[in-house]
Amino acid sequence: MGTSFGRGGATTFQQDLQFSDCIVIMGSNMAECHPVGFQWVMEAKERGATVIHVDPRFTRTSAVADVFVPLRAGSDIAFLGGIVNYIIANGREFREYVGRYTNAGTIIEDEFRDTEDLDGLFSGWDPEQRAYDNTSWQYKDMPTAASAGSREVAGAHGQAAGSHGATHAGRPPHSDPTLEHPQCVFQILKRHFARYTPEVVEDACGVPRDLFVRVAEALCANSGPERTSAFCYAVGWTQHTVGVQYIRTAAIIQLLLGNIGRPGGGIMALRGHASIQGSTDVPTLYDILPGYIPQPHAREHQTLDRFVEEDAAPTGYWGNMKAYTVSLLKAWWGDAATEQNDFRFDYLPRITGDHSTYQSVLGMLDGWVHGFLLLGENPAVGSAHSKLHRRALAKLDWLVVRDLYEVESASFWYDAPEIESGELRTADIATEVFLLPAAAHTEKPGTFTNTQRLLQWRHQAVEPSGDRRSDLWFAYHLGRIIREKLHASTLERDRPLLDLTWNYPVAGETEDPSAEAVLREINGWDDRDQPLSSYTQLKDDGSTACGCWIYCGCYAGGVNQVARRKPAREQSWVAPEWGWAWPANRRLLYNRASASPSGEPWSARKQYVWWDAARREWTGADVPDFDLHKPPDYEPDPGARAGDATAGDEPFIMQADGVGWLFAPAGLVDGPLPAHYEPHESPVTNPLYSQQANPARDLFFRRENPYNDGDAYPFVATTYRVTEHHTAGAMSRTLAHLAELQPAMFCEVSPELARQRGLQHGGWATISTARTAIEARVLVTDRVRPLRVQGHTVHQVGLPYHWGTRGLTTGDAANDLFPLALDPNVHIQEVKAATCDIRPGRRPRGGRDG
Amino acid sequence: MAESGTERRVGFFTDTTLCIGCKACEVACKEWNDVPADGFDFLGMSYDNTGELSADSWRHVAFIEQVVPDASASEPGLRWLMSSDVCKHCTHAACLDVCPTGAIFRTEFDTVVVQADVCNGCGYCVSACPFGVIGQREGDGRAWKCTMCYDRLHGGLEPACAKACPTASIQFGPLDELRIRARDRVEELHERGVSSARLYLDGDNDGIGGAGAFFLLLDEPEVYGLPPDPVVPTRDLASAWRAAAASGVALVAGVALAFARDRR
Repeated sequence: MGTSFGRGGATTFQQDLQFSDCIVIMGSNMAECHPVGFQWVMEAKERGATVIHVDPRFTRTSAVADVFVPLRAGSDIAFLGGIVNYIIANGREFREYVGRYTNAGTIIEDEFRDTEDLDGLFSGWDPEQRAYDNTSWQYKDMPTAASAGSREVAGAHGQAAGSHGATHAGRPPHSDPTLEHPQCVFQILKRHFARYTPEVVEDACGVPRDLFVRVAEALCANSGPERTSAFCYAVGWTQHTVGVQYIRTAAIIQLLLGNIGRPGGGIMALRGHASIQGSTDVPTLYDILPGYIPQPHAREHQTLDRFVEEDAAPTGYWGNMKAYTVSLLKAWWGDAATEQNDFRFDYLPRITGDHSTYQSVLGMLDGWVHGFLLLGENPAVGSAHSKLHRRALAKLDWLVVRDLYEVESASFWYDAPEIESGELRTADIATEVFLLPAAAHTEKPGTFTNTQRLLQWRHQAVEPSGDRRSDLWFAYHLGRIIREKLHASTLERDRPLLDLTWNYPVAGETEDPSAEAVLREINGWDDRDQPLSSYTQLKDDGSTACGCWIYCGCYAGGVNQVARRKPAREQSWVAPEWGWAWPANRRLLYNRASASPSGEPWSARKQYVWWDAARREWTGADVPDFDLHKPPDYEPDPGARAGDATAGDEPFIMQADGVGWLFAPAGLVDGPLPAHYEPHESPVTNPLYSQQANPARDLFFRRENPYNDGDAYPFVATTYRVTEHHTAGAMSRTLAHLAELQPAMFCEVSPELARQRGLQHGGWATISTARTAIEARVLVTDRVRPLRVQGHTVHQVGLPYHWGTRGLTTGDAANDLFPLALDPNVHIQEVKAATCDIRPGRRPRGGRDG
Repeated sequence: MAESGTERRVGFFTDTTLCIGCKACEVACKEWNDVPADGFDFLGMSYDNTGELSADSWRHVAFIEQVVPDASASEPGLRWLMSSDVCKHCTHAACLDVCPTGAIFRTEFDTVVVQADVCNGCGYCVSACPFGVIGQREGDGRAWKCTMCYDRLHGGLEPACAKACPTASIQFGPLDELRIRARDRVEELHERGVSSARLYLDGDNDGIGGAGAFFLLLDEPEVYGLPPDPVVPTRDLASAWRAAAASGVALVAGVALAFARDRR
């Protein structure tokens, strides 16, 4: 999303779905996993929208959809690419939108070679490094600077943008507004997807061609000036070795159909946890700083200016990156950060490579990661190859687990399945486990940032009981104690800690720090200590401080804007006075695109934000995502920088060229366009290219991480959640009212597969991979359907992943089955598609029971 | 039979076409009313592990998987019906009629509520209910069922299940208004081509004299585990007694006649 549009967040908000004319839910079981937000899909359906659900299983979402499309897990790009081809081949694109608001006309370097030319590879592939050099993917005669975001692989390869738009300087020098030039993006796109015909879709996905055409036609018929269509996705798209490109394909469709920045359109990214969006905005990720500023690299970024120069385009809103970064440094190091000392840019921790969670876990196994802090996470159940995680935890010196319950990641040393099987012995595990009880959300104030970038304040209802403490309490006092211990240190390396502004007011018996003071710091202040109201006020001279530039304004006027709770019936349906959304309280991003280039609504039916010529400003239902007074005919001067370089008809203000990217010349390590690759483990041969799987995917060839090969594992396994449980189960297996509703680990299989393998409905089955075997109760159901792919029948096994060894209901963890095979852009595990076998009966117990 | 309440009669209209099977109603009910767990048994009845209404389950979402012909596709389609069942709060409430202690009473909202501190656990109500709604709690012995959140109604709040329902499948309000809304809804669905939409227990002329909880279904009631023509067993009580008395009289007369003949 960041690469295509400029910001790494859902482009729309769930309430807006009600105005959609067609909603495609794919890679998501929205009714089960987001039942509250799903009311807006139901509302749209009641208003006459066509609701389409594409999924390997018929779920509770499918049950209320108008059209259900069963699809082979892991074949989504073939399906979506088929839609791209359908649009272009039939001339169904929203021509004016595509021509003006996307990079369709931009000419690409002559050296660029497509997967069509190289049988599944793009130009620039280095088989030894297993990485691309993206030089040939650039706009012609406009070499990109090293782009922003993931900096882990320095040098010639893998220069990639993280969650914000990649870097360019201004308008590309060569473009063809007629979109006819053979090397323009539109023609490259057309050739790239030309073979994704309905017949190929059928062959790759197992979707009958008439059903596919029905979906493609519904999308096309419900797009254009008068109508809009929306996509909703969740981790069913992200958890693949080519997951980022799944989302890119949807972005391409939505740009071609003109559905971004318009009401009832967009791409709704549905997050899996209450504040997952928040945990990337103010990140818990290793490679970005707050507000998607990349984490500096140890060797590349010696000075602030060099860092900004390499990572930010001079044009588009990232042109102000220095102001965002300096303000962050001022928030963290206060008076110690001055212009003379480069605002203490040298204090920021540097990265040297991939430090993602899976690398850290392998570091434990290899003995170079000795300690681990786990806050509200349960990898012994919830992470891919959870068996490997438990074995890794057993190698640590110390482990701190902060959770509501003693989760499997804290109890593994005495009740892991490996203890039962004899693979591990308690007496041999030296890990010292510190289990610290955490306060629940009702026991602490603070914010959630939800799936639609909306910050909502949460009041404390009760005092935490016993030794329970908030995470904020833990982080603050941990820092305080470390600083006290280092108090007398004269070592240079301790200065970053000692110079931190760590002066949050505390209150009450437990000395809980003020969450509101933290929010105020995130919002930021000026040199007179007054709260800022917008990120446009941020300066690069050290006169402003701001803990997260995209959140600037959430405490405007010294008022907690996040705590606003004006009921919907007392304001417009956009409800701008409920909570606060980043950026600048905008609910629908890139909403300048809801008006034509000249600033009028595309249609009365779909008006949202438009240019008020009399008052000479943008106006409408939402906060305009554009300079309020920049007229539609504004043309930037050749030397203009940052926001001033974006023309009055360029709605994607974060992008250096102001438009949405059909083709991504930078920002992705595995290709400028999506291509269908099979999952790392697949029973099917790639029908499109001889390149079977994503060539750039992250693989780990180790004894503990064997991959399935041969024909021993003929079926497709896919994991998911059910509405009754929450993720790894710690918060639902422990509550009777939830646990009783889904009281056993189960697997879902078709009647055909049950017959083939002798599985009894309600009985037990053992599911195995090269990693391990787990057992589950059998649910035989017509909702799982065998698919015909390339003349063969493909069976799929559905596996909810909520169970572990603890709680009111226990069961084997589905994640034990899956290997470490990751998307190369974001290092997300592929647990939505792998291969397995399934047999009747319980798994072998091992150990003493033999 | 029903005394008229001092408030307008309220009820539930459960529109199963809007149900997404999230079971928020089941959970909210248990949370608010402090209803204990009903067993951790894997039933294999689609996604339904509650099974039925009972003393410890006052809302129950039924899941019915159907293979249905689809004219527009080469393969048959699937239909997954979901419906949240609840106490019907009958106009002629058998549970109330047979309760010997007066533990079950009709409230000012025209709902039917068990007073736990009066119930002696005789269980007559359990066999009397034509829907199998009410049950006796294990280890407690007393009868429990949906109160339509009597305490919340007193506070001017809607019942917990209706409040928690994210898609307005469970609608709460004055019964007469709900009935109008429901008929409009069926008409609308018929116009949209959903010809199988029908109301269940929406009138006063059925075997229970009308229900305080009625449903919009997409198939026959039996498919959802609901009796097609529920009858309050106490409805025929008077005629049953008359018949019993008549046969008793006939028996006595017959015996007397036999003895009279004997003596002869």
